[in-house]
Amino acid sequence: MIGEGISRTDGPVKVTGRAHYSLERQEPGQALYGHIVGAGIGYGRIARIDASAAERVTGVHLVWTYHNAPDQGSPEGPEGDMMDRARPEFVSDRIDYYGMPVAFVIADSFEIARHAAGLVEVEYEAEPGRYVLATPAKTAQWKSETRIGDVDAIMAEAVNSVDQLYSTPYHFGQPMEPNACLADWRDGHLTLFLTAQMLNQLISGLAATVKLDRNQITIDSAYVGGGFGSKIVLHAEAVLASLATMHLNQPVKVAFTRRQIFTLVGHRPASISRVRLAATPEGQLTAVGHDAAIQISPSEAWDEAVSSVGRALYATPNLLTRQLHQTLDMKAAEPVRGPGELAGLMVFESAVDELAEQLGVDPVELRIRNDTDYDPDKELPLSGRRLVDCLREGAEQFGWSERPRTATRRDGRWMIGYGVASSMRGHFQTSAEALVRIDPEGWVLVRSDMTDIGTGTYTIVAQVVAEVLGVPMSVVRVELANSNHPKGNGAGGSWGAANTTVSVDRACSTLLERIRAAAGTTYNDIFAEVRRHFPDGLEAIGRQLAGSEDPNYQTFSQYTYGASFAEVGVDIDTGEVRLRRMLGVFAAGRILNRKTARSQLIGGMIWGVGAALHEEAAVDPRFGSWVNGDFAEYLIPTHADIPAIDAIMLDDFDERANHLGVKGIGELGAGGTGGSVANAVYNATGVRIRDFPITLGKLLPHLPRDR
Amino acid sequence: MKPFSYERPATPAEAIEAAARPGARIIAGGTNLLDLMKLGIEGPAHIVDINRIGLDRIEDTPEGGLRIGALVRNADLAAHPRVRQHYPVLTRALVSGASGQLRNKASVSGNLMQRTRCPYFYNTDMACNKRRPGSGCSAIGGVGHNFAVLGASDACIATHPSDMCVALRALDAVVEIESAGAKRSIAIADFHLLPGDTPHLETALQPGELITGIVLPSPLAGTQIYRKVRDRASYAFANVSMALVATVEHGEVVVERLAFGGLALKPWRVEAAERGPRDPDAIADIVLAGAKSCTETAYKLPLVSRMLAAALETVQ
Repeated sequence: MIGEGISRTDGPVKVTGRAHYSLERQEPGQALYGHIVGAGIGYGRIARIDASAAERVTGVHLVWTYHNAPDQGSPEGPEGDMMDRARPEFVSDRIDYYGMPVAFVIADSFEIARHAAGLVEVEYEAEPGRYVLATPAKTAQWKSETRIGDVDAIMAEAVNSVDQLYSTPYHFGQPMEPNACLADWRDGHLTLFLTAQMLNQLISGLAATVKLDRNQITIDSAYVGGGFGSKIVLHAEAVLASLATMHLNQPVKVAFTRRQIFTLVGHRPASISRVRLAATPEGQLTAVGHDAAIQISPSEAWDEAVSSVGRALYATPNLLTRQLHQTLDMKAAEPVRGPGELAGLMVFESAVDELAEQLGVDPVELRIRNDTDYDPDKELPLSGRRLVDCLREGAEQFGWSERPRTATRRDGRWMIGYGVASSMRGHFQTSAEALVRIDPEGWVLVRSDMTDIGTGTYTIVAQVVAEVLGVPMSVVRVELANSNHPKGNGAGGSWGAANTTVSVDRACSTLLERIRAAAGTTYNDIFAEVRRHFPDGLEAIGRQLAGSEDPNYQTFSQYTYGASFAEVGVDIDTGEVRLRRMLGVFAAGRILNRKTARSQLIGGMIWGVGAALHEEAAVDPRFGSWVNGDFAEYLIPTHADIPAIDAIMLDDFDERANHLGVKGIGELGAGGTGGSVANAVYNATGVRIRDFPITLGKLLPHLPRDR
Repeated sequence: MKPFSYERPATPAEAIEAAARPGARIIAGGTNLLDLMKLGIEGPAHIVDINRIGLDRIEDTPEGGLRIGALVRNADLAAHPRVRQHYPVLTRALVSGASGQLRNKASVSGNLMQRTRCPYFYNTDMACNKRRPGSGCSAIGGVGHNFAVLGASDACIATHPSDMCVALRALDAVVEIESAGAKRSIAIADFHLLPGDTPHLETALQPGELITGIVLPSPLAGTQIYRKVRDRASYAFANVSMALVATVEHGEVVVERLAFGGLALKPWRVEAAERGPRDPDAIADIVLAGAKSCTETAYKLPLVSRMLAAALETVQ
């Protein structure tokens, strides 16, 4: 049962429209609609704001601006905790970032709210803002430094070395379901139907913002249409819907428009990396350096860990990785799928490819030669280290031996190239609890505040319970994503599946022990025993320790591993890059459901393709505004961009991660995938583009005329 | 979105009358206008839905060409047997645009009328002479690699987004128009306007006029090619697109018709480049006479001759 590729148990209700997402929930009854007006400048102040025309529209209940907004909690400084901090809106006349809420209209209908929002008159005094990420100066104040040996000295003497600058742009999670909230204040209790990833943590920030106690708030996120990090942090839709329902004593709905998701939800920060590698002529690394500058905001410093991704990827006697935070007048960055890895591995693995080319060593072989089993940062052995297995299996299955020499293979007008890159993603464990109850009537109830953001949580939880208790999946009722349920750490950081299933498994084991104690070691029907010995039913809570309390996490450094292989074609006339095929091989512990796991891995790989070739949220350096604010201009891969791709999951079990052997896979697929695409473009063309994404406009000037 | 009134006339004459009301806008497939209304870029007071006025047929003309009704859907036009057989450049242009769902809804007259996709036009926080005449052009000096390199002005550097119109330009299509008591025709070459000082004036269509159809002249001999270069494989506007009709004379490939999209605020065709030089670079030089690019759009210039050379290689 565990591991089997069972289709999602929530599939039928989703495809038939019976799964109610946050904004569709009917429980509170008729709701009012809120719409947010965003600032039209990047930095400065509101000189004048006049909501009177909006207030006069029939059907408008109220309009808030900084003149009349309710009292809210105060945020901490830049180092304050991302989840606990209050996030008040309409605090003053200051504009800190483009699109920052300046007014909020609540009306009888969505149409009236939006119409009235357009009637709010705002005049701004724009001030010069900082909007451009700069290449770090020599005098830069570096942070998060890991230093072993002397990279500078090795680089100065190295015969074979790479020292290059790479840049990656802003990215957005942009799930299919926009950020949305239906809030209902009733009898002193605030209920939120909110599309969210981590309920328990989000309540802290919300309570601090709207000045309630945590126990006065319930969040229900039964169905979530994708997350990718964009539903982890508290955003304006939840804050304003909550304040409005508390003020008006009526339910209030607020959803972001697609354009608003570009301004009101944080992005993956842009980065500029300097990657330095030195090696012996035989391809043994002697130095690894990765310096990365990233954008932060004046109010908050989300540290997208771009520079640290290569710390334990390969063996090296000299290592230096460090981050530089550049404060720009933009919205604070937030987690976006594969934070650190997606951008960091893409550029790091590009540099490794450059080294392989320079040495004349096969890129797969170079990576294998530098395998390691040690994390020099944590000073711990790596558990489940199977990067070489991934590389070897992938090379075999992909037909890597057929890789062309640089810029030599053609298929008509297409220049053909292969690329490889490694992936590595930290596996984190957090504290978590889950309740399992066996009902004498013949069914099993599971409760956890874990969310299913489209990944398959409902299904894998039912699989684990069914296997451990020996009951059919059809009698297992899984209730997730209610903040009143036993608490875990939600879906994010790729930890949700392991945290939740380990807790559920422990609860099941406790139940089995009690039943065996009562019934003896052999019995036929678990429900019959429960009816006989526990006529009121039987329940238990299973617990998972936080990594910081788990001895395995003090003695081993926990990661998942993968290798990505890509074949691209580059049109020699136009520079258009198209993926032709792709294979990912992953070692991520025991797989709970081969079908949902494959979906996640393939989805992650497609993110890698997008990062390499398409995705770029552009900022206008004059105004601090997002230039491309819709899916016509913010390009992500379409179906036509993704031919046959596959993900192979190695048979794996990491007993040091947990007793189920399970690790996270939600972000591993993205990992270094972008690097394999970029390296394939180089192999096809002999052209190295270090400023991502690799577009035809950047490639074309370097391509030969071929007539 | 601003409140508006709505009516659905039953005949072209009723539609013309309805569209004469102040602040009226005609809607067909709605694939462009509705988006623009939601974003506050367009705010018509009155919507005239012409989906029930007929004009949805494709007919042979006595001259051997085709008359395409204004309400024919992009998908139906692309799939029409005579279009596929005799005007394949048009079919290919149509299917390279938008997505299947959009092509099912979008009308051919709406395609003629679609507005630029310039990101600064789409962002109402930015100055744009199309949206607010005289407010300035924030695209100039802005970020983007899809701005015009030909026919632009100090007031506007946007491009026209249509693929269909590029093919129509190569085919010398004619736009048929009716107003109260009058009919006229406009050559596709004269239908779209360059920005000059008045980028808010986009077409030759006058207030009170309704597009009733498009006429294609009799078919051209030769090979017809539509090539769209874009940053992803589907659902993206052209970096540069090209409609080409070419023949072979005495073993030499001759360019008969050549029009480009993605270069200007209208489909770009320079007749002097046709039936002239045989060398693609020489042809591209004629097409690109007067071109001005910036760092981000410079790639478009070599792309013209490279696309043309590659396409001509395939003509036999």
